[in-house]
Amino acid sequence: MKNISDIIWLIPFLPLLGFLIIGSARNILSRSVTGMIGSGTILASFILSLMVFWSVKNGTLYSLHYFDFINISSLKIGFDYKVDQLTSLFLLIITGVGFLIHVYSTSYMHAEPAKDFAKYFSFLNLFVFSMLILVMGGNYVIMFIGWEGVGLCSYLLIGYWFKNNDYTNAAKKAFIMNRIGDLGFLLAIFWFISKTGSVDFDILFSSSTLAKLSPADITGITLLLFVGATGKSAQIPLYTWLPDAMAGPTPVSALIHAATMVTAGIYMIARSNILYSSAQITQNVMVIIGMATVILAATIALKQNDIKKVLAYSTVSQLGYMFVALGVGSYTGAVFHVMTHAFFKALLFLGAGSVIHAMSGEQDMRNMGGLKKKLNITHITFLIGCLAIAGMPPLSGFFSKDEILAASFAESPLLWAFGIAGAAMTAFYMFRLYGMTFLGKFRGTSEQKDHLHESPAAITIPLIVLALLAIAGGWVGIPELFMQGGHRLEAFLKPVFEKKVGLPGTHTLTHQTEYILIAVSVVLSLLAIIIAVMRYRNYERTDKPSSAVSRVLENKWYVDELYQNIIVNPLRALSHFFTNVIEKKGIDGIVNGTGKAVNYSSRQLRWVQSGQVGAYVLLMVLGILVIFIIQLFL
Amino acid sequence: MLGTYFTFPELLIWIPLIMGILCFFFKKEAVVKSFALVASLLTLAVSISSLFYTNASYITYNVVSYQWMSQIGNTFYVGLDGTGRILTFLSALAFPVIIIASYNNSYKNVNAFYGLLLLTQAGIMGVFTAMDALLFYFFWELALIPVYFLCSRWGGEKRIQTTFKFFVYTFLGSLLMLTGIIYIYLHTPPRSFTNGIQVDHSFALNAFYSAKLSVTEQGWLFWLFFAAFAVKMPVFPLHTWQPDTYDQSPAPVTMVLSGLMVKMGLLGVIRWLIPVLPEATEKYTYIVMLLCVAGIIYASCIAMVQDNLKKLVAYSSIAHIGLMCAAIFAMNEIGLKGALLQMFNHGINIVGLWIVIDIIEKRTGIKNISQLGGLANRAPALTILFVIIALANIALPLTNSFVGELMMFTGIYRFNPWFAAVAGLSIILAAVYTLNMIQKVFYGNTNSITTQVNDISLKEKIILGAIVLIIFVLGIYPQLIIDLTKETVDALLVNVKQKI
Repeated sequence: MKNISDIIWLIPFLPLLGFLIIGSARNILSRSVTGMIGSGTILASFILSLMVFWSVKNGTLYSLHYFDFINISSLKIGFDYKVDQLTSLFLLIITGVGFLIHVYSTSYMHAEPAKDFAKYFSFLNLFVFSMLILVMGGNYVIMFIGWEGVGLCSYLLIGYWFKNNDYTNAAKKAFIMNRIGDLGFLLAIFWFISKTGSVDFDILFSSSTLAKLSPADITGITLLLFVGATGKSAQIPLYTWLPDAMAGPTPVSALIHAATMVTAGIYMIARSNILYSSAQITQNVMVIIGMATVILAATIALKQNDIKKVLAYSTVSQLGYMFVALGVGSYTGAVFHVMTHAFFKALLFLGAGSVIHAMSGEQDMRNMGGLKKKLNITHITFLIGCLAIAGMPPLSGFFSKDEILAASFAESPLLWAFGIAGAAMTAFYMFRLYGMTFLGKFRGTSEQKDHLHESPAAITIPLIVLALLAIAGGWVGIPELFMQGGHRLEAFLKPVFEKKVGLPGTHTLTHQTEYILIAVSVVLSLLAIIIAVMRYRNYERTDKPSSAVSRVLENKWYVDELYQNIIVNPLRALSHFFTNVIEKKGIDGIVNGTGKAVNYSSRQLRWVQSGQVGAYVLLMVLGILVIFIIQLFL
Repeated sequence: MLGTYFTFPELLIWIPLIMGILCFFFKKEAVVKSFALVASLLTLAVSISSLFYTNASYITYNVVSYQWMSQIGNTFYVGLDGTGRILTFLSALAFPVIIIASYNNSYKNVNAFYGLLLLTQAGIMGVFTAMDALLFYFFWELALIPVYFLCSRWGGEKRIQTTFKFFVYTFLGSLLMLTGIIYIYLHTPPRSFTNGIQVDHSFALNAFYSAKLSVTEQGWLFWLFFAAFAVKMPVFPLHTWQPDTYDQSPAPVTMVLSGLMVKMGLLGVIRWLIPVLPEATEKYTYIVMLLCVAGIIYASCIAMVQDNLKKLVAYSSIAHIGLMCAAIFAMNEIGLKGALLQMFNHGINIVGLWIVIDIIEKRTGIKNISQLGGLANRAPALTILFVIIALANIALPLTNSFVGELMMFTGIYRFNPWFAAVAGLSIILAAVYTLNMIQKVFYGNTNSITTQVNDISLKEKIILGAIVLIIFVLGIYPQLIIDLTKETVDALLVNVKQKI
């Protein structure tokens, strides 16, 4: 292809086309045709993305203007795409992992009626489309289109089984929590427009435009954008939608947690890196929120029994690491972790899906156990995923997590200590999950036991591909420490992040310190793994009441209850007060009162028009008298 | 004296007016309905051609003026500027949709019903095109009076009470406005007509713009006019007639009221309030903004706890209109253009919502959210179309409202960031009540009533499909409407800046 710029629009358009075709023909398409269109469009986008990636790697960047979205004299917003190193990397992750999830879904959702199967695939395509718009948008408004688009798609897919009230509640929660964040994003956009008259990345990040923004502006804007990111990327205080989001079909969880949606916040901040680098306060806030989320989510994950919930909280926790990385200025580290996390988290979720599939829909790990024997491929690939997320060398998670931890150490040893603690907890809960699911004796019903089987190829092949990526995906970021001229990812992304001013982002640690840090983290995680496996390899269900601490963790620190009591209930009470008191008694009271008063006084005045001439004469005389008196005295 | 030719703005008024009167003379239901439909389509055809053949400039173009009561300086003076074209097009587009959507409903005295409906359209068209204050007032009342009859004779159980409240509010508003018009008229410069008649004052819009008024006079005149317009929009706390009226009126009337007539108030502000009384506007903007923002949050909160589907939509509309009013009073380019764009979008979306609610009410006899449920099982096509319209109503990107709200909020933000932040909370609240409604009406399992519902017919699909198409076209390429707003807004801003 000669002109890559001519095919770029196809990358998001193909999934959109898939959505439109499948969506409008959902009543007539068979499952296999639907699956083919759904996966085929994403595959095509992936191939195009690869071409774009190579071209970007060779140094060509793309800025494309299609039409004016808003064009008035005080503001011009174009429908623009911008493809640089960062975007091209995300394109590969989204379409690549997205494609594998589509293939997996063709088998996983096969029991659904053809109509619903089509509905599912059309939403899946729309999801990928939205995410692609998000990363390709050349300005904040186009990015916001994708931003709310993924929010909508998550709503539609989480509530896929719409008859179940709990599921639709979860869907609603996801959308509303995301909208809270979206308001932050929007306010940042308004701020941009008011101060600079533009939302375009190229214009905003130029030094002449940045000069128009005071430090207070930059701090305010970056904080508001970060509020947006906490919604989409499930950070404190807006993380509670993500664990509930597993109400959707399992591949959807994989899509939300790995390829799309939650990475949006990271992308947005990495994209705005030049602003963040000069906003010290925001960076500190991000580090604190990120690390608090790492620890909070990891502690909750320790005590969950639903296989998907553990994974969900682990995502929240891993995203926390990425925000820590962003906060300390290690943008490459954050993006690197997005990438490796996409591989192993997609692998883990799809593996969990395979387990749930084999267990006839069972998600409670207390009823699993011993699955290792029956689910060979699932077991091995899942183990690889666990090792990767636990940060065992030389798997992908090791390199990306190491980079973030090293960067935190350069910032503050205390931060690093929290990071290490989080990493150890990660290793522990992941191998608790592994032990309860795959090791020991089978604890389910005998029907489930008879039904146990390895999943078909459409499920296992994506697992194998992802397992390979989870192993090797980190090798693009092998640090200088281990390899001369290493960290190719950093070199690749350098043009996007080098413009930063202020904080030096790259950590400057001696090799010796780095070796020690790595050794400590690996040893600690290894210990956590060993303890977890020892404890849970022969897990037995007990009815022992749990301790106070575990009860708090099982109930997720009662955060949902807290929100219910401090936000939802007061808001409802206020709304009822408005409706019943102010509206009905107050305003309507006055209106009806006025009406009644007019009625009453006219009834009282009626005697004046009695029709008796004598009364009229009397009134006339009285009236004349009054006028006389007034005239006399004034 | 009528001229020898007709122009677009006149045709937009005469067609519904004359055909509306003719409507009373038919007897057969089918004839009346087809006649009304033909009339509305004819108006639509005129409106569409007006989009192609006229110049969008402010006031000076595409104007027609006949001497009408020239002794008092009044002319039959109508014109189509960009804003007028947006709003007349919206009305012309909405009426056929409304008539088709209510085609299967049967009303008593059907000839009077559709006759009054068309007369309302004539009044609305007149309000949007009138460039003469007395004419404006005349059409304002012409639009209202048929609606009183439509509500009180064809409405729901509580129609008498409701119409009384509606009447008290709007009549009071009209009266205040008339007082204001006469007062300003007495301060307008003299005018001479071509036939030699000399008058001391005139009702022409331009004369109103050059009326000599002290700041104190402007101050109380401002509130006279604002009260009239605020009732119509409505702005908090003058809104309580609206939910009841929407609830009790027959569906087509509700659509006309919410989709079109609320725009009369907004247009009044843009054309008759701000440029006539710029100094007072400047002075009281803050108070108006506060009322609007308070109303946005207040109405959104009430919408969250409404069980009545119609009242929920009514309160949601109050919040949205409050936002438009705030964006207008922010008095900057982006806010004004956003508000004008949104006036069109809001009309499209809310008519769509009412059509769906009418469909649901006709099929189940229920308008309470808590008694519905599971409709998605029985009526997937209706569900999909409704969800799209509802999401457009809460301004999801790539639907029409997104651009409008983005521009309006930016305008408000420029006026005062805190107002934008507080009003912005409605973005979240809107998601809450909309998703609640979708969940309780469409999701879940069917109950004994909803289980008998059938999916929508082809005709209903086409009507709702057309609305959805407009939603996406304007969501992806909003510039179609934004271009029309240019002259009006630029001239308004220049005009106001000169005077202050």
